[in-house]
Amino acid sequence: MTPDLWSSLAGGLLIGAGAATLLLFNGRIAGISGILDNAVRGAFGTQAWRIGFLLGLVAPAAAYGLGAIQFAQSAPALALAGLLVGFGTRVGSGCTSGHGVCGLANWSLRSLLATLTFMVSAALVVFIVRHGALPWHS
Amino acid sequence: MAFLTALIAGVLFGTGLLLSRMCDPQRVLAFLDVAGQWNPALAFTMGGAVLVAMPAFCFVRKRHVDLLGVATTLPDRFKITVRLFCGSAIFGIGWGLSGICPGPGLLLVTGGTTQSVVFVAGIVAGFFLSGVLDEPGKTVAKPAS
Repeated sequence: MTPDLWSSLAGGLLIGAGAATLLLFNGRIAGISGILDNAVRGAFGTQAWRIGFLLGLVAPAAAYGLGAIQFAQSAPALALAGLLVGFGTRVGSGCTSGHGVCGLANWSLRSLLATLTFMVSAALVVFIVRHGALPWHS
Repeated sequence: MAFLTALIAGVLFGTGLLLSRMCDPQRVLAFLDVAGQWNPALAFTMGGAVLVAMPAFCFVRKRHVDLLGVATTLPDRFKITVRLFCGSAIFGIGWGLSGICPGPGLLLVTGGTTQSVVFVAGIVAGFFLSGVLDEPGKTVAKPAS
């Protein structure tokens, strides 16, 4: 185990603790796409917890900074990628957090299949972009 | 109270994303690039997160209440639909292109870069665009998953 893998694991444990906290004290799933979607449609009164979660989510990054970040695409390409992420997560009812963390922790077959699907589709896209070919053509 | 516990949950989650460097697109892409210099770090992050969250989900699934005794229903675990596969595949394309999923996307906005802002704007536009697939006249809030 390199220090890098340890910090990845420690980060994961904290992410799990966050998801457990939201479930145990708010009775809610820490699915960020779903929370954000509902929040932008208006989160007042009984919905205000979504604002609390999102504020807490970005607070550490705002306080400590992001570190070295290198974007993989230009702004227009990222806008398109964002559109696909927003559209796809709503149609598929979850993203890396909702399906990948919470769903798997809940032994959900539905989330397992969703996670496998977006992992394979993302890996395929990376393969095509980075290696310039379809895997079965190389 | 609900606001405060959600805030704490968010801080834990956000610290985890920061510590695991999930918001570095290059790092995520290195995990997804199975044919290149594969970096397994993200698997440790996801595995660790699932491991810690599992007992909480087990508790709520068995008792149907949260720790405060409030009735809690978890999402359906076995309803496999075409939408689930299509949506997840489309999300994967966007994730593979950018190396950014929704949580890290929000964190990146704190850096104030144009790239992060247009990415999150794209996500929100995608949310509203997905509404075209919903049945007309049906405006129920979707479960937060």
